[in-house]
Amino acid sequence: MTCTEFLALLDESIDDSIAAPIRADIEQHMHKCGHCEVVFNTTLKTIEIYRSHEIYDLPEDVRERLHAAILAKCKKGCK
Amino acid sequence: MSTIQSIAGENEQHPDVALVDRVRAGDVSAYDTLVRKYERQIFRIAQHITQNREDAEDVMQDAFLKAYEKLDQFQGNSKFYTWLVRIAVNESLMRLRKRRSGRMVSIDEDLETEEGSVPRDLADWAPDPEQNYNQAELAEILRKTIQGLPQGFRVVFALRDVEGLSTEETAETLGLSVPAVKSRLLRARLQLRERLSRYFRKKTAPAVPAGNGVEQ
Repeated sequence: MTCTEFLALLDESIDDSIAAPIRADIEQHMHKCGHCEVVFNTTLKTIEIYRSHEIYDLPEDVRERLHAAILAKCKKGCK
Repeated sequence: MSTIQSIAGENEQHPDVALVDRVRAGDVSAYDTLVRKYERQIFRIAQHITQNREDAEDVMQDAFLKAYEKLDQFQGNSKFYTWLVRIAVNESLMRLRKRRSGRMVSIDEDLETEEGSVPRDLADWAPDPEQNYNQAELAEILRKTIQGLPQGFRVVFALRDVEGLSTEETAETLGLSVPAVKSRLLRARLQLRERLSRYFRKKTAPAVPAGNGVEQ
């Protein structure tokens, strides 16, 4: 497997949606190629960091205000 | 085996379906439950698209109101959440259009870039690199980094990787083909990785001056 072929399969590898024989090829390639291993691990970490950190927090008071406004209008039939 | 799974899958009812049925029967408290369940996700998606807090608040409110108004049109052949996300995406794009004096806004904007399609920064990251920043610094780094992506990449990443929609749901929500979503997702992931490397790489030679957590 070349680095270009590895890159083409990067998303499927990360999403674990890849057939076992190809996965074995990918793992073998990463074992030999430190750069591709770094790209795989740091891309995976990128996703994990974005998933686990709230970057657009909705303050409780704003949330409650919006929530109340939505329900008040819905009770009137949203007209 | 696949037939059995298929039949079982068809009979499984998503909990939102029962809530939607109650709302249709006039129970506003059931809608309250749906709003509470998805308000943060809808707000985040609106923020990712509009990149403006005030607009995101308005979009969240408008999206939930529109969903309530149009609930009779919800067929149940997609999940309530993905249907709601589609409304929020459309509301967000309309809001952007208003900001830009009526100019059409598309999810396809600003994609003429090859940046990040081939990894250049191959330095490894520090173990648990987020530990080097406090929560506020880290949030600022993550915000600025994702805001720098072209909109068409940013939205795909947000829906697929942050909000957990499948590739097919993301494609349906944005009106894109599945291959287009896959292509944008790869480039979004690689561009974010490349940009975050400036902050998270192992500090053999300092890439960021001490105390300066955020690129301007």
